[in-house]
Amino acid sequence: MTTLTAKDKDTVKAFWAKVSGKAEDIGKQSLARMLAVYPQTKTYFAHWKDQSPDGAPARKHGITVMNGVADAVSKIDNLTAGLLELSELHAFTLRVDPANFKILAHNMLVVMAIMFPIEFTPEVHVAMDKFLASLALALAEKYR
Amino acid sequence: MVKFTEKERSTIRAIWEKVNIDEVGPDALARVLIVYPWTERYFGTFGDIFTASAVLNNDKVRAHGKVVLKALDEAVKNVDNIKKTYAYLSRLHYEVFHVDPDNFRLLADCITIAIACKVKSALDPQVQATWKKFLSAVVDAMNSQYY
Repeated sequence: MTTLTAKDKDTVKAFWAKVSGKAEDIGKQSLARMLAVYPQTKTYFAHWKDQSPDGAPARKHGITVMNGVADAVSKIDNLTAGLLELSELHAFTLRVDPANFKILAHNMLVVMAIMFPIEFTPEVHVAMDKFLASLALALAEKYR
Repeated sequence: MVKFTEKERSTIRAIWEKVNIDEVGPDALARVLIVYPWTERYFGTFGDIFTASAVLNNDKVRAHGKVVLKALDEAVKNVDNIKKTYAYLSRLHYEVFHVDPDNFRLLADCITIAIACKVKSALDPQVQATWKKFLSAVVDAMNSQYY
């Protein structure tokens, strides 16, 4: 289901080159939308004093997450190996239900569509969707 | 039964007013076929829909995209009674077209993304939340006659 073809990888890398300058914005907005539109995701952040979508903890965390995505782009040829540590973190410490990776991915796609409406063609959309799905699989690798 | 506040109703209408059905419909349906290619199974009479460029140049895809968004217009107009408005469509998609209802969720996501490309920052997080609430009600209504 989520084998990235050479074309997929090229498309992802080319699109990422165009948008990486706005990575922090994308991260902040994706996380804000995830918290606002899918409030069940706030359950993972009960330890934040401020759980609002545009609060400081959410903005900081959006940047952290997007840095992870940027790193994954550079490791696109072997996500499982490249994301080993992150997978262990999500499996044993954070224990995030992997269904939420899909939710965050969807919000990243919405933000990319808003910020880059011309570049976010259907072809780029499918390549990014596949990439984020592969990323999610690699993150869930150590779960069980 | 999903209840919408007056503020939510006006948010939904405000976004919908910005949507050109003739543009967004074809874009949304094209994305469904390109991003989730198993959906091709439901459009056997559409000819070549097996590559992204074929989908984007296909007149039947374009026409059907408009049909789908016109139906969404009915939901916007009957936002307090979506289930009843869509009962017929749900039955049709179940008994005649045999569509796996998970695909309604995928279509809803593609509609949101197509609208995002069009209205851009007008779809802020709060508006996105309201729009999602509306589309979830539509997806539920489309599921309602599957039994």
